[in-house]
Amino acid sequence: MSDAQVHLAYLLAAALFILGLKGLTHPRSAVRGNAVGALGMLLAVVVTLVEQGLLRAELIALGLALGAAIGAVLALRIRMTAMPQLVGLFNGFGGAASVLVAGAVFIVATQAAGVTQAAGVTQAAATAVSAQETIATAASGLIGSVTFFGSIVAFGKLQGLVTEKPLRYRGEQVVKLVVLAAALAAAAMIIREPLETGRYWALAAAAGLLGVLLVIPIGGADMPIVIALLNSYSGLAAAATGFVLSNTVLIVAGSLVGASGIILTQIMCKAMNRSLANVLFGGVGAAVETVEQDDLYAGKVKQTSAEEVAMLLKTARRVAFVPGYGMAVARAQTAVRLLTEALERDGVTVEFGIHPVAGRMPGHMNVLLAEERISYEKLRELDAINPAFPQTDLVIVLGANDVVNPRARESSGNPIAGMPILDVDKARTVVVIKRSLSPGFAGIANPLFAADNTLMLFGDGKAAMEGLVEAYKEA
Amino acid sequence: MSDTVSLITIFVLAVFVGFEVITKVPPILHTPLMSGSNAISGITIIGALLALTAGEGTFTTVIGFLALVFATINAVGGFLVTHRMLKKFKRERQ
Repeated sequence: MSDAQVHLAYLLAAALFILGLKGLTHPRSAVRGNAVGALGMLLAVVVTLVEQGLLRAELIALGLALGAAIGAVLALRIRMTAMPQLVGLFNGFGGAASVLVAGAVFIVATQAAGVTQAAGVTQAAATAVSAQETIATAASGLIGSVTFFGSIVAFGKLQGLVTEKPLRYRGEQVVKLVVLAAALAAAAMIIREPLETGRYWALAAAAGLLGVLLVIPIGGADMPIVIALLNSYSGLAAAATGFVLSNTVLIVAGSLVGASGIILTQIMCKAMNRSLANVLFGGVGAAVETVEQDDLYAGKVKQTSAEEVAMLLKTARRVAFVPGYGMAVARAQTAVRLLTEALERDGVTVEFGIHPVAGRMPGHMNVLLAEERISYEKLRELDAINPAFPQTDLVIVLGANDVVNPRARESSGNPIAGMPILDVDKARTVVVIKRSLSPGFAGIANPLFAADNTLMLFGDGKAAMEGLVEAYKEA
Repeated sequence: MSDTVSLITIFVLAVFVGFEVITKVPPILHTPLMSGSNAISGITIIGALLALTAGEGTFTTVIGFLALVFATINAVGGFLVTHRMLKKFKRERQ
């Protein structure tokens, strides 16, 4: 294959990636879009194999088969509830691949430069590896390693191997700055004198430590932002590797993914009314205002039973569910579907209000409800469902807290001030299913629990929902 | 125009295309967007293939091979899991 043919094929692959992402703009075209993206990948791989003349074919076939087998097993066996950690893990693999590719190419390039030098060519070895290659190599090592190690910590947190609590300590920012400075110093040395490949691994090690330090202090509810950010980094690392190899398809694909992750990060930050810097360095959920909580709740919290809620549901015309991470933890989504079906059989309109940061990754609740075959047309965004709450007879808040806290409407003075929320308190009746009155991630009391139109149904999300399904059928 | 500058041009324009296309993805599809775009970052497979064919040394072979496995897991796993998820987004229950 000629050089031009290869590059045209890469262009076609890049176009297929863009068309594939475009397919994801609607659920109807999304399955096809994803397939188009996969086709682009297949094309790029096949063209590269042919162009390289099937060199080291057995080794490459083994690598491809091994990766495909592991990937397929992970993808097909994972439970939908474990999706956040799988996405986190895949982000990490992408980062690791970039670090290793840039490292391998750098070694080969410096060896070639060394040979040139030994052969008595006067040209300095430092210039034999171009500035573009060295800068890109350093960027690839830095971003890729932060992505890999950061993703591993994120995976650990989501899988429950590492505490989900924000681990903050004195001098945290200084420690991170020192490690960042060390990584940048190693990067600068690589760029100035691209001879020592050892420096590259020193850079990767420092960047890896930075990745761990960046994610360790992040609490569970901020995970959607971290996952989106690492998603972006995995793309940027691939793009940097593209610059190492002067390969256009890597650059285009990497920058698409980088842009996608940045957009998701922005959406998540906006949905929390926080800056990215605040999420990464600020920390939320330090002290719980217990005194304030006692004052707020004393004598005002009304407890209810499944039977009472069932009676309310019997007279309702319009019902909305507001699920949060608690629903995922309790695996209550099947019971939610059963109640939805029972209500719809009685002619009740059922909707779902979904906050952008509900759960542990962008879109988490939607995937869980889609798994239950609940039509995506019932899944409403903030702006779509908020105007409907005043006409809603009953809202069931299931495992959500901060995203329905009316104190977010205050202009300042609490950690969630200004955050867009679901206005469930405007509905006629609100039933909150929760284990206790304990505060959410933001660590503040929720006036919703003490509101006149709120009833608390205490208990495990799944058990409470199943009880509700039974009571509704008997009522 | 140097090669580096043309590559930077491609990079910047692709970022803009990415912003334009992805801004239109609705929130209900944000998780498949992440896993699907993540699969696309498995394009590092190409990098791993080029690295494996460029160097014959033991160390470069080992890390090139590892990179190939990681990137392939990323691409194959990513596209498959996205497919699995997207199949579940249904309009009406059958």
